[in-house]
Amino acid sequence: MKLQQLSLFLENRPGRLDAPLEAIAAAGINILTLSLADTAQFGILRLIVRDWDKAKQVLEDGGWVVNLTEVVAVDVEDRPGGLAEVLKVLDQAGVNIEYMYAFSSYRPDKAILIFRFEDPDQAVKVLLDQGIRALDGDELIHADG
Amino acid sequence: MLNALWNDDAGGFHPASAPDFLPEKRLKEVQLRRLRAVVSRAYERVELFRTRLQERKLTPESIRSLEDIEQLPFMVKTDLRDTYPFGLFASPMSDIVRLHASSGTTGKPIVVAYTQADVEVWAEVMTRTFASCGLHRGDILQNAFGYGLFTGGLGAHYGAETLGATVIPISGGNTDRQIMVMRDFGVTALCCTPSYFTYLVERAAELDADLRDMPVKVGIFGAEPWSDAMRTRIEEAANIKAYDIYGLSEIIGPGVASECEAQNGLHVFEDHFYPEIIDPDSGQVLPDGEEGELVITTLSKKAMPVIRYRTRDITRIIPEPCTCGRSIRRIRRIGRRSDDMIILRGVNVYPSQVEAALLAVEGTLPHYQIILTREQGLDQMTVEVEVTPEVFSDEIRAMEQVRSRLAQAIERIIGIRVTLRLVEPRSIERSQGKAKRVIDRRGD
Repeated sequence: MKLQQLSLFLENRPGRLDAPLEAIAAAGINILTLSLADTAQFGILRLIVRDWDKAKQVLEDGGWVVNLTEVVAVDVEDRPGGLAEVLKVLDQAGVNIEYMYAFSSYRPDKAILIFRFEDPDQAVKVLLDQGIRALDGDELIHADG
Repeated sequence: MLNALWNDDAGGFHPASAPDFLPEKRLKEVQLRRLRAVVSRAYERVELFRTRLQERKLTPESIRSLEDIEQLPFMVKTDLRDTYPFGLFASPMSDIVRLHASSGTTGKPIVVAYTQADVEVWAEVMTRTFASCGLHRGDILQNAFGYGLFTGGLGAHYGAETLGATVIPISGGNTDRQIMVMRDFGVTALCCTPSYFTYLVERAAELDADLRDMPVKVGIFGAEPWSDAMRTRIEEAANIKAYDIYGLSEIIGPGVASECEAQNGLHVFEDHFYPEIIDPDSGQVLPDGEEGELVITTLSKKAMPVIRYRTRDITRIIPEPCTCGRSIRRIRRIGRRSDDMIILRGVNVYPSQVEAALLAVEGTLPHYQIILTREQGLDQMTVEVEVTPEVFSDEIRAMEQVRSRLAQAIERIIGIRVTLRLVEPRSIERSQGKAKRVIDRRGD
């Protein structure tokens, strides 16, 4: 129910984003989704890819500092209020969200939310109890065909 | 016990260590005899020295006791520059077997000369250095100090050979090969600058080679100031004992002083190099125990006697006897030099203070650099620190905390607000020799 997200540290300077993306492109790795969090000084690039083991190796060989983090991918209805319903469930159960980002899939009526929870196991349980399903890695990985 | 002290427990008895244990009275007799001889030699053969003595109405006969050294004029680095290249030589070129030179980072280099006897003294003091760091015949020493005009490589080389150790004269650089040689040859000891060793550790990790799994057990580090915190980190990262050694090319090169197993100050080989501590402002000699600038007189050098040389290194003589039994006095390890002092808005700051602050916070060997700029007439200090896997988090908040903890640790020690920048790994240049810690752009 959980999947691995790659994070890497980047300095907030022009051109810093290109190099790691080129490195994983050269290795034939496709990015399913990404998010970039930044401050004035530095940024953290978060990536979801199929072959995260290989991507991590490629990036580390290129000299980047890379982390693997467990995140939770949740299927939501791609309509007004879809996200709000999930958040309400989490909020009521007191689950703390560290950060989140979203992407839409090839399926016309579904979107996928990526959550980073303090306690991913507890969060998945809370969601399941309310009938909200977290995608497992395989499902997400094959979601775009 | 005596055997252990004399470095004899692996069958490698080294009579060269004996002077380290001379009774004080005997040592002072040797020092006085040699001081008088070196002053006479310099007076007879070096014009600069003779002129300065004559100006003070002194002759070599003025030296009747060790305390009389205080009457003699100081020598400073510019004396070596102004007389470049041969002006301080006290031997004819036909007696000189070796020349070395400083890097000359600020203009002209300085040249130092050695007779055969000088080279032998050098080997002797470096033998005593290695012996006091616990090396024996049978040890395999990887000598990663640079060979060439720099004194480190050859100075360490002949000392280790005299000790009877196996020397691998690999010199600096070519880090991947250093790691291969270390592993394949079963290296037990290594010498280089501490900053280069931190790079070796880092590079080994990238190559999936852990120094902790290798036979290397001793690191002998010199040629730049480093902190005790860095020692602890190095020892943990490589599972070695890290010893500090001291020397300077103006005097002889490495081999002026060395730590012993106690790792608590460096024993000065004072039968060859007479140490004084002076008040850097007044030039007055300070009693043992007080902090000031180290001044050294070569007691036995033939080719280029150097008398009362102001080293710019700040330290103090440790008056208490050492637990290792050596009777020669110790200086506290040198964490700062008067010439690496940064004056920032009127406050004195040393790179080693910044280093100690960084090491007090996070879990790895930090690669850092200090950048000084001037903005609207006000000095600014930026400390760039590379992010390591140990401190990296996918959360901005956690990274901001790392940043502010580091900045606060530095501010607590130096009393000045600094800008702390986290930078990408390997973005700060690695040094093969002495690290360049400070970039001063205030004049730009």
